[in-house]
Amino acid sequence: MALPLRPGRSLNGPPLSYDAELERIEIELLLEGVYRHYGFDFRSYAYASIRRRLWKRIEAEQLSSISELQALVLHDTSAMERLLLDLSVSVTAMFRDPGFYQVFRNEVVPLLRTYPFIRVWHAGCSTGEEVYSTAIVLEEEGLLDRTRVYATDINDAVLQQARAGIFPLNRMQEYTENYIRAGGTRSFSEYYTAKYDGALFSPTLTRNVVFSQHNLVTDRSFAEFNVIFCRNVLIYFDRDLQNRVHALFYDSLAMFGVLALGSKESLRFSQYEPCYEKLDPREKLYRKIK
Amino acid sequence: MAYEIIVVGTSWGGLAALRELIAGLPAGFAVPLVVVQHRHRQSDHLLTSLLQDRTALCVCEVEDKAPIAPGNIYVAPADYHLLVESGYFSLSTDDPVRFSRPSIDVTFQSAADTYGPRAVGVVLTGANADGATGLKRIFDRGGLAFVQLPATAESPTMPAAALACVPTAQALTLAEISAALGALGALGAPADVATESMKPTMAARPPECP
Repeated sequence: MALPLRPGRSLNGPPLSYDAELERIEIELLLEGVYRHYGFDFRSYAYASIRRRLWKRIEAEQLSSISELQALVLHDTSAMERLLLDLSVSVTAMFRDPGFYQVFRNEVVPLLRTYPFIRVWHAGCSTGEEVYSTAIVLEEEGLLDRTRVYATDINDAVLQQARAGIFPLNRMQEYTENYIRAGGTRSFSEYYTAKYDGALFSPTLTRNVVFSQHNLVTDRSFAEFNVIFCRNVLIYFDRDLQNRVHALFYDSLAMFGVLALGSKESLRFSQYEPCYEKLDPREKLYRKIK
Repeated sequence: MAYEIIVVGTSWGGLAALRELIAGLPAGFAVPLVVVQHRHRQSDHLLTSLLQDRTALCVCEVEDKAPIAPGNIYVAPADYHLLVESGYFSLSTDDPVRFSRPSIDVTFQSAADTYGPRAVGVVLTGANADGATGLKRIFDRGGLAFVQLPATAESPTMPAAALACVPTAQALTLAEISAALGALGALGAPADVATESMKPTMAARPPECP
């Protein structure tokens, strides 16, 4: 029986050129399979970046199509773990965007001082660079002892790294510059011990931190927070999923709580924009006002 | 063929080249133009304002999920990769590609994959080879490829690398590229029925973002 081919398709030989529509079908099938078999839901991730990350994995596995990758990850758990790292790790740096931390120190810390007890959530904390950066600011401002920090990520492997608190020694020069520009009041090297090619950060910084697995796509709110950090995580989501996560953040913030986004992220395209006021004209720090 | 996106990549010497290129575009220019310029990770909005000085078109630095609209010039923010989706942008903090973030190749490849033959790539002055494989992707997907004539570039390495990768790309001076883009931009808005039917089959585009 003849198959009803779409125009321009032939059953004789491979397609002559790239077929964007076919690629989309393959990607949707792979993501659906991963969701149904493993429970990880990447179906609402931003398409162009997930496509790029999938192709990077295809090349690393020396495969040649999305469908081949689908077969591999569905039958080989270790391949799925490698793909999970590719899809879920957000690359960041300590004190990334020093200006942000300066505004956090000058504008948000005074608000936090008025609370007897402070709850902070790092949503999508990845390997923990931001958790340690913020802990350093709170420590220097004398607030860390009355703060409880929840650092969550979908990926257990990165949480283990975050818990260990070891960062590459060759990044310390960059991080030190960032720290100084961010308004750090001490010597950055006080916070870590160099050993081999790693910098081990002081465990006292994480004395009030709970690292825990949480999935922004499927899990619910678990507490009421005074500050939520979610920087450069939502950029990997499509607008629909961004809105769902903004609903979760809104529900998880106390009144006058602060939402901190990445410097090129915005509430502008979200329906929650009217519920917040900007704390700074430039940095993406928002305060819940209704 | 109605072109729907123009991506321009440049590195060393890029500011002067971009200012000249943009100054030559006509006022009613109707194709979104995306600029990827290598720069320091903590650089500010200076690039945007220096480009804005030279054009009546709106120049803005891209924020995540910003809609792609005609008549605008979009600048890739420092320290992010800029990806082109169908009708809007996504940002990424994935690792630098060949020491660059933003990477010209990353933006060009996503423009090629998303817009196919409706994408135009332009490689200008620069002292590395970024943009070459991205331009090839655009060309292979049926899009248009322009390269600044290496002899006229402040730093010829990047245009020469792009030409080595895409030998049939049009190698032109900045003024000529500007004029060619201007002509595309004038054609860009309404596609007549004849050119519409000549378009290869592509995924249906979602309605334009608000």
